[in-house]
Amino acid sequence: MIHILILSGVLFTLGALGVLIRRNAIVMFMSIELMLNAANLAFVGFARSMGALSGQVFVFFVIAVAAAEVAIGLALIVAVYRNRGSIDVDMVSDLKG
Amino acid sequence: MTADTLFSLAPLVILFPLLGFVFNLVAGRRISERGAGIVASAAVGLAFVISILQFVALGLDPAGATIHIAEWIVVGELEVDWALQIDTLSVTMLLMVTGVGGLIHIYAIGYMHDDVRFQGDPSRFPRFFVYFSLFMTAMLILVTGNSYLTMFVGWEGVGLSSYLLISFWYEKGEKGIGNALAGKKAFIVNRVGDLGFIIAMLITFWFFGTLTFEEVFSEAEAMGAAAVTAATAITLFLFVGAAGKSAQIPLFVWLPDAMAGPTPVSALIHAATMVTAGIYMLVRNAPLLELATVTPNIIAIVGAATALLAASIALARFDIKRVLAYSTISQLGFMIAAVGIGAYVAAIFHLVAHAFFKALLFLSAGSVIQGVEHGHHHEDSAEEDFNPNDMRVMGGLRTRMKVTFWVYLIGALALAGIPPLAGFFSKDEILADASHVNPAVYWVLVLAAFLTAFYMGRQVLMVFFGKPRSKAAEATKESPATMVAPLVALAVLAVGGGLINAPGLLPLTRFLQETLADIEEPEFIAAIAILTTLLALASIGLAWLLYGRRPIKSRAPDPLQARLGPVWIAIRHRWWVDEFYDWLIVRRYVSLARWLAEVADERFLHDWVHDRVIALSYFRATHWLASVLDLRFIDRGFDGLGALTRRGASGLAVLQTGYVRNYAAAVFIGLVLVVSYLLLS
Repeated sequence: MIHILILSGVLFTLGALGVLIRRNAIVMFMSIELMLNAANLAFVGFARSMGALSGQVFVFFVIAVAAAEVAIGLALIVAVYRNRGSIDVDMVSDLKG
Repeated sequence: MTADTLFSLAPLVILFPLLGFVFNLVAGRRISERGAGIVASAAVGLAFVISILQFVALGLDPAGATIHIAEWIVVGELEVDWALQIDTLSVTMLLMVTGVGGLIHIYAIGYMHDDVRFQGDPSRFPRFFVYFSLFMTAMLILVTGNSYLTMFVGWEGVGLSSYLLISFWYEKGEKGIGNALAGKKAFIVNRVGDLGFIIAMLITFWFFGTLTFEEVFSEAEAMGAAAVTAATAITLFLFVGAAGKSAQIPLFVWLPDAMAGPTPVSALIHAATMVTAGIYMLVRNAPLLELATVTPNIIAIVGAATALLAASIALARFDIKRVLAYSTISQLGFMIAAVGIGAYVAAIFHLVAHAFFKALLFLSAGSVIQGVEHGHHHEDSAEEDFNPNDMRVMGGLRTRMKVTFWVYLIGALALAGIPPLAGFFSKDEILADASHVNPAVYWVLVLAAFLTAFYMGRQVLMVFFGKPRSKAAEATKESPATMVAPLVALAVLAVGGGLINAPGLLPLTRFLQETLADIEEPEFIAAIAILTTLLALASIGLAWLLYGRRPIKSRAPDPLQARLGPVWIAIRHRWWVDEFYDWLIVRRYVSLARWLAEVADERFLHDWVHDRVIALSYFRATHWLASVLDLRFIDRGFDGLGALTRRGASGLAVLQTGYVRNYAAAVFIGLVLVVSYLLLS
């Protein structure tokens, strides 16, 4: 059980670092997927050890949400690229106060 | 038909004039002059018919009846119903008011037709009959009311219509305001009397707990000696009311001025009906007067004094209507004195007889005035200040106005007390009663009767005899038939009116005995009758010596002037009563009003309280609020708040880097903090 949680934590940390450090929008996007899947892994692990199915049901919801997110996120990235010719997120800082 | 059926018709006596009033008010301008006059006259005529039916009913059932119409006021213990009291006393008044009133209405159709044209406003004709019908309504309410309060409604109603009719030509008269002032004077003087009436009502309710005549009288009778003080106080204040309405000392000053109204008004209101309301009211309260101690003496003395004072003033008048006005005051004094000595029947008898011959005299005087006015217009003379009322411009009208002359002579002889005319019997009855009860009052009244015959002789001689003293008088012609016919009818009444209480038969005494219990039948004292007749004849003879033998010239002083000396000056100035009131009341009142206006209001309230205290302090307070509180504190406070917000915002704007990763880091750090807090606590 603990191994699953450790793996999940490592994956989550990697994802989080990826979002914070990388500048490529696609890579940030993949890091977000990594975090989501880390959470999925934790859900499945807990469901298994507790002997309850509700954790696995949650995972299906998360996968569905992630799919929707991908659809919108990729569309945004394409739009940004068409506008600016780059998908470097640091170039998109017009909201600076 | 039973008596009760006839009694139940009684409310119609008020309703008909009321309908006439409403009809003329709404439609009077749209129908012809004659139409408006006929409607008003017909209303009074129908009321007269109803009055006769009441008289017939009283023949069947002499006790009379109380006709309940509606509940009127119910407040706590006070319960006043609207009800009519039909008894011999009120029916006597009803017959007189509607009968004489009807004749005066017919006369007024003819008189006002010319009057509105002389005064230059023919459109005002219907208004006259509106007021006339209003007056009749109020007068009939007054006469039939079965309680002090219903009587008071009529009492005030006649006061109001009197005011409206005195100042009927409100824009005319001395300096264009004289008539309005006369109306105002009548109204205000009457208010003084009305206050007395109100106080009497309050005492009555306070003491007896009711305002209905019958209940008050039966209570008073039951209480006997215990009610003497209350009865004295009530009758005393009632007499104040009567003195106002019936023009007695000290409130008589309004009646001569009331002559500013058109002549039918003087005849109807200020001779025959309204001014006698005071006498009627006192006679109605005879049961209380019988109980009271001081009041009857006061009433008798005031009445006799008024009779003499007014008769003396009448000697020195040149205005034909003012002679009659003072004569009316004097005759009202006779009636009041009769009430004071307990001769209630004599008072009512004289009231009715006086209504006949004084209405006749006033209407004839109106005929004379209008004849002279006609002559004046006919002549187109240049005299600007021509006064058609002035007896000094008349003279010799005997041959020019034959009918008017004869009826005037009948009225004058009736007033002077020449047998067998109405005034002789009625005046004699008062004098005979007075001679038993109060010799002083008797002799004063005899002297007043002597003066009465003198001033009437003087008037007739000045107006109708000698030669015309102006071109207008020369061109005078007789008045139209609508005016002359009522004169003839009234003349017949003035001749035969004495029969209603002829000595020996005494129909009026028998009739009134049903209402006024325990009244004695008056005896006819031949000595007094002969004395007064001789005095009257001597007085007329004296008048002829002074005014008839050598007719006076138009501008010559009055023959009395040289003979009476200082007395003439006094009566010419009406014993300075008006001047005295002017000095005592009017001037004090005006200076008080002026002080209140100029000092209390203008200087104190306006200049000091308003301008200084209120306006200035308000200005200072608002100035301080605006410049100190608002500008220095509130304004700056909000300025500071704005600057603070701006500075805070520019500080916080640094956080807004625009880099996604910074926001994400903030979210992560926040998340870590929240989760660790949840986990650790």
